[in-house]
Amino acid sequence: MPGVPISWYLILSAVLFALGVSGFLLRRNIITVFMSIELMLNAVNLAFITFSYQFKQVDGQIFSFFVMVVAAAEAAVGLAIILTVFKNRRTLNIDDVSTLKN
Amino acid sequence: MQLWLIPILPLAGFLLNGIFGRRLSKTVINAIAIGSVLLSFLWVLKTLAGLGDLQVAHTEQYFTWIQSGILNVGCDFTIDRLTAVMLLVVTGVGLLIHIYSIGYMAHEGGYYRFFSYLNLFMFFMLTLVLAANYLVMFVGWEGVGLCSYLLIGFYFDKQFATNAGNKAFIVTRIGDVGFSLAIYLIVVNFGSLDFGAVFSAAASKPEGTLTAIALLLLVGACGKSAQIPLYVWLPDAMAGPTPVSALIHAATMVTAGVYMVARSAAIYTHAPAAMETVAIIGVATAFFAATIGLAQNDIKKVFAYSTVSQLGYMFLGAGVGAFSAGIYHLVTHAFFKALLFLGSGSVIHALSGEQDLRQMGGLRKKIPWTFWTMVCASVAIAGVPPFAGFFSKDAILAAADRHAPWMYWVGVITAGMTAFYVFRAIFMAFFGEYRGKAHPHESPFVMIGPLAVLGFLSLAGGYLFKVPEFLAPIFPLAAESGDIGPMAISIAFGLGGIALAWLFYIAKPELPGQITTTFSGLYKLIYNKYFVDEVYGAVIVNPVVAGSREVLWKGLDVAVIDGAVNGAGSVARETGGLLKRLQSGNIRSYATWVLFGSVVLLLVLGVMGGLR
Repeated sequence: MPGVPISWYLILSAVLFALGVSGFLLRRNIITVFMSIELMLNAVNLAFITFSYQFKQVDGQIFSFFVMVVAAAEAAVGLAIILTVFKNRRTLNIDDVSTLKN
Repeated sequence: MQLWLIPILPLAGFLLNGIFGRRLSKTVINAIAIGSVLLSFLWVLKTLAGLGDLQVAHTEQYFTWIQSGILNVGCDFTIDRLTAVMLLVVTGVGLLIHIYSIGYMAHEGGYYRFFSYLNLFMFFMLTLVLAANYLVMFVGWEGVGLCSYLLIGFYFDKQFATNAGNKAFIVTRIGDVGFSLAIYLIVVNFGSLDFGAVFSAAASKPEGTLTAIALLLLVGACGKSAQIPLYVWLPDAMAGPTPVSALIHAATMVTAGVYMVARSAAIYTHAPAAMETVAIIGVATAFFAATIGLAQNDIKKVFAYSTVSQLGYMFLGAGVGAFSAGIYHLVTHAFFKALLFLGSGSVIHALSGEQDLRQMGGLRKKIPWTFWTMVCASVAIAGVPPFAGFFSKDAILAAADRHAPWMYWVGVITAGMTAFYVFRAIFMAFFGEYRGKAHPHESPFVMIGPLAVLGFLSLAGGYLFKVPEFLAPIFPLAAESGDIGPMAISIAFGLGGIALAWLFYIAKPELPGQITTTFSGLYKLIYNKYFVDEVYGAVIVNPVVAGSREVLWKGLDVAVIDGAVNGAGSVARETGGLLKRLQSGNIRSYATWVLFGSVVLLLVLGVMGGLR
């Protein structure tokens, strides 16, 4: 079947994942970091779907649903935590939220 | 005949006083302590009356203590004529000393502790003499050593007393090693520890084995009975209360070695070399201790060296084959030496703790009862006929004369010195002008009573108790030579010693000073006890202490053992310190590490050829 080659999807997934990782590592705003995590999860989802299509197996798609569920739960809990942190600290800088250190 | 009651009664007294004594009144403590020994004494009398003439030993077996292979040791007690003599001495003299202690210890702290230790001592001493095998004897042997240690160090707040207790314990331990080795040898060679079995088989064993056993037993006896070279603990043991010196370090415990040698006579008689060693050690100890006694100024030290010297006589008696003479001297010595110690205790009590003879003098009028009883003991120990010491000492000297004349002569010279130093102490303490500062007062009746009884026994004990004849079924009597020459010489030496002491300390008091300046080197040698303590200190004690401190403590303990433990600890701490830096608390550094780890994992998997 002529169309977009499999490798393109995988390259897109890797690029998205790398973007998520670098965003996670380099940005200080908690919301940006949170978005980077979502980006990584979706990059992985893309890889799952691609392989599922490639090998004609449904496992990858099931996994991607699981990942979506986890991402949704994480978004709900994570955003609540971020809100609470902001209310208490008046800051969203991730380096300032280090009370548990030491 | 319920022999076990004899030692168990003092043990009960020990337990009662030891556990509840703190809350009991002195009257109750006295009743328990003296009552238990009195009952024990009465039970000894009843037992002896019930057993008749005791021509054969009466043995009671209670239970099997140890059963292992060929070895079968029972907790057995036996009583024969030798045991009977020892039982009477231990419980009789012990009872008198217990009574005396009521008065002597009246103003001391730790009253109940003193009497409970004393009762515990009686228990172990009676176990020692009643034992029917070497292992039960060893239990009593170690137990009396423990009580000796506890009572020497009774004034535990005084450094010299605790040091003396340690010294006594450690020095006698050297002897106990010999005794325990002898027990092993007996087990190996005889397959039994029972006296009866061992002694009946002794004749058929090779002489070398018997000599080794006998010499090892002698090492134990030397430690316990303060013979050369292990006598050094006994003079220091005078740091304990005076009744302890009388009971343990004069009358009973220190004679345990003599008793043990006499008990093992069947082994010794088949080991002539060991017998000769016993005799030589005995005569040497008698002589050297007597010379040291000549120049001591502490009244208790004089009698301590006298005890060592008299114990040497007993060993001499045993060594020349006159076991019954040795035991005879043990009995009379228990009377007069206990009396000398109790009398000197009465003097010390009267002078509120003064022990230096140079601070005494003129006490004859002030404490007449003490004076007269001590004179009784002194004539007895000096060998003046017809008092107790004369008979026993003469029996030993006669046997020594038959064995080897040089031993007889050394013994006779020692007898002269004995008379001299004892009467020197008497003259210095009781005659002349009073030189001290305290106000002497006669001791209470509870102390004078035992003194009087012992005084009577010192005078008449030689007549009343014909020990050699009583022991004849065990130790056959030697034929009387009928020659009174040796006896006359020893009497002459004894009287000569007394006369010399009178000359030196009454008639011409300036004479001792002149003699000590003339022979100042010799005097210093004797006054300092031949520097034996210093030599032992330099040759044995200091190297052991230095080795323990430098090698075992600072080398082995600190460097190796502590080093290993501390090393393990510091390695863990250093590693933790390094790992701690990873846990920075910075979330992005964690993420970096995760990334780094997964990249490394992927690379490794790629190099290894991927998952399969």
